[in-house]
Amino acid sequence: MAAQAKAAPTFPTYTSPVLARYLRNFLGKATISLLAFFVLLVFLSPFAYMTATAFKSPDQISAGNPLPLSPITYNYQGTEYPVYRVPADDGTLHEWAIIRKGREESTFVDPANPDAGEFVWQGRWRTLEAAMHLDPQFGNFATAWNEINFPRLLFNTSCIAILGMIGTLLSSIAVAYGFARFPIPGKNVLFLVLIGTIILPTFVTLVPTYTFFARIGWTGTWLPLIVPHFFANAYNVFLLRQFFMTIPRDLDEAAMIDGATPFQILTRVIVPQSTPVIVAVALSHFVFAWNDYFSPLIYLLGSPSLWPISVGIQQFNYSFGTRPHLVQATSLMAMIVPVVIFFFSQRVYLRGVVFTGIDK
Amino acid sequence: MAALGQSQSKPSVAFTRPKQWSLGMERRLTLWGLVFLSPWIIGFLVFTLVPMVTSLVLSFTDYDLLNPNAINFVGLSNYNRLFSDPQVGASTSATVRFAILALPVSILMPLLMAALLTSKRLWGRRLFTTLFYMPYMVPVVSAVFIWQGFLNQESGWLNGILGIFGIRGPDWINSFDWIYPSMVIIGIWGLGNYLLTTIAGMQGIPTELYEAAYVDGAGPFTIFRKITIPMISPVIFYNLILSVIGIFKYFEIPYILGRGQGQPGGATYFYNVYLYKTAFTYQDMGYGSTLAWALFVVAMIVTALLFVTSRRWVYYSGERN
Repeated sequence: MAAQAKAAPTFPTYTSPVLARYLRNFLGKATISLLAFFVLLVFLSPFAYMTATAFKSPDQISAGNPLPLSPITYNYQGTEYPVYRVPADDGTLHEWAIIRKGREESTFVDPANPDAGEFVWQGRWRTLEAAMHLDPQFGNFATAWNEINFPRLLFNTSCIAILGMIGTLLSSIAVAYGFARFPIPGKNVLFLVLIGTIILPTFVTLVPTYTFFARIGWTGTWLPLIVPHFFANAYNVFLLRQFFMTIPRDLDEAAMIDGATPFQILTRVIVPQSTPVIVAVALSHFVFAWNDYFSPLIYLLGSPSLWPISVGIQQFNYSFGTRPHLVQATSLMAMIVPVVIFFFSQRVYLRGVVFTGIDK
Repeated sequence: MAALGQSQSKPSVAFTRPKQWSLGMERRLTLWGLVFLSPWIIGFLVFTLVPMVTSLVLSFTDYDLLNPNAINFVGLSNYNRLFSDPQVGASTSATVRFAILALPVSILMPLLMAALLTSKRLWGRRLFTTLFYMPYMVPVVSAVFIWQGFLNQESGWLNGILGIFGIRGPDWINSFDWIYPSMVIIGIWGLGNYLLTTIAGMQGIPTELYEAAYVDGAGPFTIFRKITIPMISPVIFYNLILSVIGIFKYFEIPYILGRGQGQPGGATYFYNVYLYKTAFTYQDMGYGSTLAWALFVVAMIVTALLFVTSRRWVYYSGERN
């Protein structure tokens, strides 16, 4: 590229250096974008594996093709014959059905022109490649759907996720508002303690918490998965507080002078102005609850009828181990909802995270 | 708060409710604030502080879920057991082996990917960012099963791709040595949030710095090393802290991959898997609490060490040296 720039002045017109720079820019962009594309391809290739496998039959899996392919057959006079890709004398490939196999020559029929009847092709049929067509097994999803009772799992997951989402929104908004606006002695220390709980390994509180829920008879119910979210979550409080602090206080004060209580200020002034961050918190909790595996594992282990998708899929996939197509079908079914939510809301989602991710 | 408090000095505006304003605005607001904080304060007491203390107390007992009323103090015997338990050593070493591989990756991968995704020479940056972030949305259960198939020695695509280049791929999932790199690879899908914070950090670097370095003749690698890395060192530190905490919480991937049995050969019998098995499968809550507290103490020491050493290498542009 440096050589190009040096060579440029030898050209008689002024457009050449501009053109060279333009070309260099273009090449640079193309290289970087192509690199990113290949990295992305590798990064996402397991999804292609999952999708392809989910649509295969056991035979197609053992055949080892990346795609769910099946051999083409042709029905000739009441019998199915396999179709091969046969090179003709002029070098073109034809898809012909093999009627009688011979060592050095075989009898074929052309499915495109069956009236021409049988004819002999000179050559070894074993060197030929079988003609394949795409043959996705949509039935895998029906099988998996029924075997794991997917509607039940879907219902359970949705209930747990939505109720917890309501809980974390109500409590985290209130707590964040408290931290953002009110003169509370020791508030900074309390806020540090709140942030500190993020660092706390979940396992430290696990045994007593589990024992507590077991004592009050909540194990084997959804309550341990939902009720704790009504007591605010450090991440959410942090996100919401950062946002609330950017809302001008003049509005609060105006409302207060008009006689609004702090609660009314929250519901009528703060919340309506914070839709983006509230949506971000709601979505992130929904996806968290949808994907959560650990809490349902410990609290619902003995109650399969209450399982959410995560535990249901894992338990059934241990027994599906010998049927990889069903394992991949259920994996696809479990991830489809969070991924679709993400694609529809990625603007809100990415902005919400980038927005508050770093505050120097 | 001060601003709200100032309303006191304008009582004439609020003449419709004079009594309310005279009652000590500051105190009333404090009360309101406590009301708003109460969900978290109650939750913190009930779900964090009391369980932590209880856990400490239980760690000195033989509390057993099967026999919850026969609880005895056993002194330090759980702690003696902790230090002589061969499984604690094995599980700790499995966890440390994983951490040594996983921590550098969880720092470097987001850096490299963010450098690519913030490059001005990349077409469709938003689309690429969305797609690189997307696997973060995939439930961990799905991710484990997808990768388990993808990494399968015979039918998996990774070994198929390696085979094209004439490399015979290992048995990723079922060999003691390759299961750790496999778990690191699976974990790459979970780096989405680190990626976003790193991108945000890189976008926040003033462009004058780059221009000045460019004018001084610095190449892209020098610029990355001497400007980008120091300028986003707070982000790197943040990601490092979260990664280390992630190691102390790491459970689901080894548990699902190893079927809760530590397969292959105990390689996935991580510290947290052992803790879980002790407390919930063997219902030995006393010793389970001891394991939990040991974990907590180590986690606090490591985090504190990170914060102390961070003063040496984390650069905050707003701070004077």
